[in-house]
Amino acid sequence: MTSAGIERIRPGDLPDEHGRFGEFGGIYAPVTLIPAIDELTVAYEQAREDPDFQIELDGLLESYVGRATPLYHAKALSEKVGGAQIYLKREDLAHTGAHKINNALAQGLLAKRMGKPRIIAETGAGQHGVAAATVCAMLGLECIVYMGEVDIARQSLNVFRMKLLGAEVRPVTSGSRTLKDAMNEAIRDWVTNVGDTYYLIGSAAGMHPYPMMVRDFQSVIGQETRQQILKAAGRLPDVVVACVGGGSNAIGMFYPFIGDESVELHGAEAAGYGIETGKHAATLSAGRIGVLHGSRSYVLQDDDGQIIEAHSISAGLDYPGVGPEHSYLKEIGRAHYHPVTDAEALEGFKMLCLTEGIIPALESAHAVYLGQQLAAGRDSNDIMVINLSGRGDKDMHTVAEALGVEL
Amino acid sequence: MTATKSESRISAAFTRLRSEGETGVIPYVTVGYPEIDTVQHVVPALVEGGATMIELGIPFSDPLADGATVQHSSFEALKNGVTVEYCLRTARELRAAGVDVPLAFMGYFNPIASYGLDRFAEQCAEAGVDGLIVPDLPVGESDELVKACRRHGRDLIFMVAPTSTDALIGAVAQQASGFIYCVSLTGTTGARSSLPSGLAAFLARVREKTDLPLAVGFGISKPEHVAEVGKYAEAVAVGSSVIDRLGRASREQQPEVMRDFVRYLRGL
Repeated sequence: MTSAGIERIRPGDLPDEHGRFGEFGGIYAPVTLIPAIDELTVAYEQAREDPDFQIELDGLLESYVGRATPLYHAKALSEKVGGAQIYLKREDLAHTGAHKINNALAQGLLAKRMGKPRIIAETGAGQHGVAAATVCAMLGLECIVYMGEVDIARQSLNVFRMKLLGAEVRPVTSGSRTLKDAMNEAIRDWVTNVGDTYYLIGSAAGMHPYPMMVRDFQSVIGQETRQQILKAAGRLPDVVVACVGGGSNAIGMFYPFIGDESVELHGAEAAGYGIETGKHAATLSAGRIGVLHGSRSYVLQDDDGQIIEAHSISAGLDYPGVGPEHSYLKEIGRAHYHPVTDAEALEGFKMLCLTEGIIPALESAHAVYLGQQLAAGRDSNDIMVINLSGRGDKDMHTVAEALGVEL
Repeated sequence: MTATKSESRISAAFTRLRSEGETGVIPYVTVGYPEIDTVQHVVPALVEGGATMIELGIPFSDPLADGATVQHSSFEALKNGVTVEYCLRTARELRAAGVDVPLAFMGYFNPIASYGLDRFAEQCAEAGVDGLIVPDLPVGESDELVKACRRHGRDLIFMVAPTSTDALIGAVAQQASGFIYCVSLTGTTGARSSLPSGLAAFLARVREKTDLPLAVGFGISKPEHVAEVGKYAEAVAVGSSVIDRLGRASREQQPEVMRDFVRYLRGL
């Protein structure tokens, strides 16, 4: 039951032709990139209309990625929490262990179609880097992954995985040496090698058309969820929850439900040590509108417009920006975003391990914690879906350290 | 062709260059690098060496169009406590010290937007800053800043690149004032040993769309580059090799090094 991964929900809706979601989005990019961005926009629009592209993508989503991923009724967790019935969308069971592969595969096919032999990508936790390296190995494309030195240190396992898959991992030593700097460096590479290079962005951030394209490619999550919950429960969920860093898994989950006003949409942002400490990555909760990496959105910045280093226990949420469509959904009140601290995420992490026998990624553990909070006290007939965006194997070292355990 | 354009200090400087048949040299310095007041210390010497105009870099935490040299200067400047307000103050101090060549800010969009576009353009006018270059603001996103700059009589200087289509160059020519900044190559800022091939053809494409003067930047570091570019454009912009020399010179040497470097680039 693989569904159409790139079918847009309501043709003609956002973004507009300037890549805007209301006042958010746009193309704030060095002039050298403008033709490449235009070329990409046209190529994507053609691919989206091409049944052959759709068939190839759907086939690989099924046979290579393992879609559809299950929707699992977490009865023990629901009982423990005491409220809504909680369902988990098991993106952790997708090939490579996270939702990132959905977008990486689709963009890899698009790059191949465009005749670009060289793929560059940025990565934070390494999940997108691994997904990009995986797809490039399978499609026979060169793959260079930019990764901050700090992230390389805390995600060494994923670095090794990328190298095994034939990718070159380039350490980024400038700025805060995390995801935002990896993205800067990838953009610099793209500017330099614009002729033969495809920039495979993994987040729903960046300049148009990336936020739209990544959303469309990740919407397979929400589309499947919709069909699965209708089959399992006979109706749409009351609440949908996902974690938000740049926002790709969340927008993929939310987008197919945007038109269903009865479905509450909630995003869990990384509040790190707590918003009041200044050491967090809760861009929508505590940021201010600005421009980072090519689009206007909420941004963590100081009074002088300098970007502030984010902090989160989970490298995948450790980003001072957020996809423009999330800013838009917040602004119009369609989705709500909540801060979840490192400590709370660890609580959610442990809870899921013990009640359901599922080790979530630390990113997803933020959503699990928020889900628990929102589910508690609700009617037991209410239905909640939490997007379990990835599995936690990559986080064993981080979790052990946080729990004071020596491995 | 607005009245503002014909009267601006930048336009006047290019008119003078044309009449003298010289290729202009536009050095770039990051405000606050390597020390908080280095720019105040060295700009008079750059002018003495014959600089046509000065680009003052507003540092940014995420300078994605810049190579390693300018990035480093930007991070150091921020560590030294440079703010947008401090950059404006620096310009005022240069004017008070008698610097009379055109001054242009080069800065990324977010700090300027955070300061407020209209307020920033107004403060530029008040501080004697004639123009503004924003490397991550393509013409398609520039309406608001164009309006603010026109309102306060500032030149908004746009970039074009070898990858730019004729249509995009045409759109830039419609909005631009002062001069057009032609990025010599596909890449980030930084000194290169030679000029890219195809530069002449690219500049000819730009020339077809505009009467504005052209300045060529990115990768320029030698008098041979200046002489070659001078055949097709009015000026060169030189950043990384200026920053590199500033970073290596002692404070006492800096003015002399700067003056000599501009003279060297001019073939003197």
